[in-house]
Amino acid sequence: MAEKSQVIERDALDDLLKVLREQGYEVIGPTIQESAIVYDRIDGVSDMPVGWTDVQDGGSYRLKKRTDESRFGYVVGPHSWKKFLFPPELRLWRAKRDDAGFKILEEREQTKKYAFIGVRSCELHAIFIQDRVFMGGKHVDPVYKSRREKIFIVAVNCAEAGGTCFCVSMKTGPKAQSGYDLALTEIVERERHYFTVEVGSERGQEVLKELQHREAKHDEISAAEGRTRNASEQMGRTMDINDLKELLYRNYNHERWENVAERCLSCANCTMVCPTCFCTTVEDVTDLTGQYAERLRRWDSCFTIDFSYIHGGSLRKSAKSRYRQWMTHKLATWIDQFGTSGCVGCGRCITWCPVGIDITEEVKAIRESEGGTHGDQT
Amino acid sequence: MVTRHKMSALLREAPLFQDLDERIVDLLAGCATNVSFDAGEMIYREGEAAKQFYEIRRGDVALEIFVPGRGPVTIETLHEKDVLGWSWLIEPYRWHFEARALTRVSAISFDAICIRGKCESDHELGYELMKRFSKIIVERLQNTRMQLLDVYGHI
Amino acid sequence: MGTFEPMVPEAYRVRKVIRELADTYTLELESVSGSPLHYAPGQFNMLYAFGVGEVPISMSGDPSQPHLLTHTVRAVGPVTQAICASGRDSVVGVRGPFGTPWPVEKAVGKDVVIMAGGIGLAPLRPAIYSILQQREKFGKFVLLYGSRAPENILFESELHEWRSRFDTQVNLTVDSASGNWKGNVGVVSTLISSIDVDVSNSLVFLCGPEIMMHFSILELIKRGFSKNQIYLSMERNMKCAIGFCGHCQFGPTFICKEGAVFRFDQIERFFRIKEI
Ligand SMILES: Cc1cc2nc3c(=O)[nH]c(=O)nc-3n(C[C@H](O)[C@H](O)[C@H](O)COP(=O)(O)OP(=O)(O)OC[C@H]3O[C@@H](n4cnc5c(N)ncnc54)[C@H](O)[C@@H]3O)c2cc1C
Ligand code: SF4
Ligand code: SF4
Ligand code: FES
Repeated sequence: MAEKSQVIERDALDDLLKVLREQGYEVIGPTIQESAIVYDRIDGVSDMPVGWTDVQDGGSYRLKKRTDESRFGYVVGPHSWKKFLFPPELRLWRAKRDDAGFKILEEREQTKKYAFIGVRSCELHAIFIQDRVFMGGKHVDPVYKSRREKIFIVAVNCAEAGGTCFCVSMKTGPKAQSGYDLALTEIVERERHYFTVEVGSERGQEVLKELQHREAKHDEISAAEGRTRNASEQMGRTMDINDLKELLYRNYNHERWENVAERCLSCANCTMVCPTCFCTTVEDVTDLTGQYAERLRRWDSCFTIDFSYIHGGSLRKSAKSRYRQWMTHKLATWIDQFGTSGCVGCGRCITWCPVGIDITEEVKAIRESEGGTHGDQT
Repeated sequence: MVTRHKMSALLREAPLFQDLDERIVDLLAGCATNVSFDAGEMIYREGEAAKQFYEIRRGDVALEIFVPGRGPVTIETLHEKDVLGWSWLIEPYRWHFEARALTRVSAISFDAICIRGKCESDHELGYELMKRFSKIIVERLQNTRMQLLDVYGHI
Repeated sequence: MGTFEPMVPEAYRVRKVIRELADTYTLELESVSGSPLHYAPGQFNMLYAFGVGEVPISMSGDPSQPHLLTHTVRAVGPVTQAICASGRDSVVGVRGPFGTPWPVEKAVGKDVVIMAGGIGLAPLRPAIYSILQQREKFGKFVLLYGSRAPENILFESELHEWRSRFDTQVNLTVDSASGNWKGNVGVVSTLISSIDVDVSNSLVFLCGPEIMMHFSILELIKRGFSKNQIYLSMERNMKCAIGFCGHCQFGPTFICKEGAVFRFDQIERFFRIKEI
């Protein structure tokens, strides 16, 4: 494996996509759909948002033309890679009635082999987090696993921070450290447009071999470092994660939850856009004859009333309790459950909240009410 | 008839009088007698004057109320060491429920007029007794509230 | 898409249906494939009514009979109604076993208090069977059971059978009674003061509605039991039972994985937080 940074020129990106396609990958990358950058199948760089950027803030998102031809000159949009590994709707099985009661119908499908182009460092961390959820316990999600094992990841190190990002606080970016096959840093200069490339796996090495590349020079490496530094320095939001779990554990009854509940619409957007949220519901259905049945799994959200239903009523009836479940899960209980935070600081929940509720502000409000102290108050 | 001395000793065994000053126990013993009821016997009836209360020494007692169309409904059962009755304490001193012995019951009966008189003249005794009864009343109230929740209908 | 193995139910044939109460039925099931289902007292299965849905239901039978799966179900909604309506020889789906067991092994050499309210006696019955089958290994054995009214007492004839054993203390109470009821009336927590066990060397297994467990714990603590002697079974919505769907979260725990049976001191911090 190449230890040293490599360089490919701008147009080699198209070759990269082509090589991956030739190797049997379904290539997924950023595209523009309905005025947002979303991940979908791409056949070449021409399908990508070349020369576009996104302007994001609490409750707002819009695309804007850049003055350059950057391929990756934006951050993350409303979709995340989880929709490919953990599909929004999935049929778990089908069955048919027979003499022995019912029989599960055998189904076989070739698992898709995806190549993800432009995975940001926070998104890589979100994938690591979902790996723990779906593959780290006693039971393994077979669909997730079979897809996950086959993906080829081309990461992109952010050169600019988005308007709602706080990955630096969450220690998840802006530079991808591991878990990718190839990682690119895009460098657009007046005279030249190229990428530095880090190789993260044998597979990555094999693919790079097919492209025109050479070892990066000293000034190219420091240009790449400058881009990453720039993204860190631009980051407008922060979250103090010191003692965060205990902070939230001791504040289940904090008045701030009432305050946020007054603003929260319980629309569930934050859970749908979040790259780590994993909750699902199942639906059992039959056909009209009653001879066939199937079970579907769908993304669900703890913001719905039904989510906590048990006979007699829902356990989380108030908006306050549902917001608290969401935020406390992301930042506190997740740590006990999976040994990591459930938040990677991607900022999606802030951007896509119709009323601009900001998870970093909510944490701050609770922390400040305690006088900004750390440490246990027992 | 037991002697007053023996009665004081009996009272000291009852949880109601635990750790109570000997002087007060002796005063109370002066208002107490031993009684017994046969299984099925009514100890008191709804609406009657509440002239006494009981400390159950042995046996089980049902507190009942008659519901038209349903007949007698048991609200609560009381057992050894439980205190039966507090209507004697509060005006108009009338029973709200009926008490029936479920088994043979032996109990210590306290004369309400005697005790009320002592409470009036000896406020220390009055206060001690009130504290102890309040505790019982609050516990019963809490249990009643739980019954009202009808928790099993709602599991 | 292939089939999602951990979510696939296995066909079980209904061998016997017992009507326990007006709305509660016990089903005895036998695997169509003939393979046994080994489980520990306190564990549960996901029961599937064809095309209707799937719900968590605890085992209520004798765990030493793995070929005969027993569940006691109260019909409260579409799925439980469909399960209760399954006749003899019909087929239901089963996935399991899931969840943590009652710590019967840990109770060896100790006094055991089993405390149940309403349908909560069903998940405890396998523990009762296990203890009675090796009765000599335990100290005193006390069973406290509360139900709404005399006509809602679950497993009544068995309760009388257990009560007639010289080595078992069984105390029943109902919330209210009319007619011929000769027993206790009052909430189940009032039974605690009467039990005769070595408080410092005993374990308590508790199952019933959450509020009933709350008041019972307060009484148990008053009686001198410590929080790490009390085990209780929690209930939340469940869609998967394998730690994926997120519905059963209770504070940091997934009830389907780390529960349903918990030691009280381990969840105390979250137990009375409203709407958690
Ligand atoms: C670990 C565990 C063990 C249980 N053991 C038993 C048992 O032995 N016997 C018994 O009768 N019942 C038991 N229950 C409760 C039983 O699962 C519910 O009564 C059942 O889910 C109700 O489903 P329904 O569709 O009939 O009714 P509805 O009330 O219409 O339920 C709709 C949906 O809500 C969910 N739901 C509703 N109530 C509950 C609940 N109490 N717990 C979890 N999810 C719920 C289910 O997903 C259900 O499909 C247990 C629950 C849990 C969590
Ligand atoms: S409980 Fe809520 S916050 Fe947690 S993963 Fe599920 S949907 Fe997301
Ligand atoms: S909680 Fe918000 S910022 Fe954190 S990972 Fe989810 S969407 Fe991103
Ligand atoms: S029931 Fe799905 S996570 Fe526990």
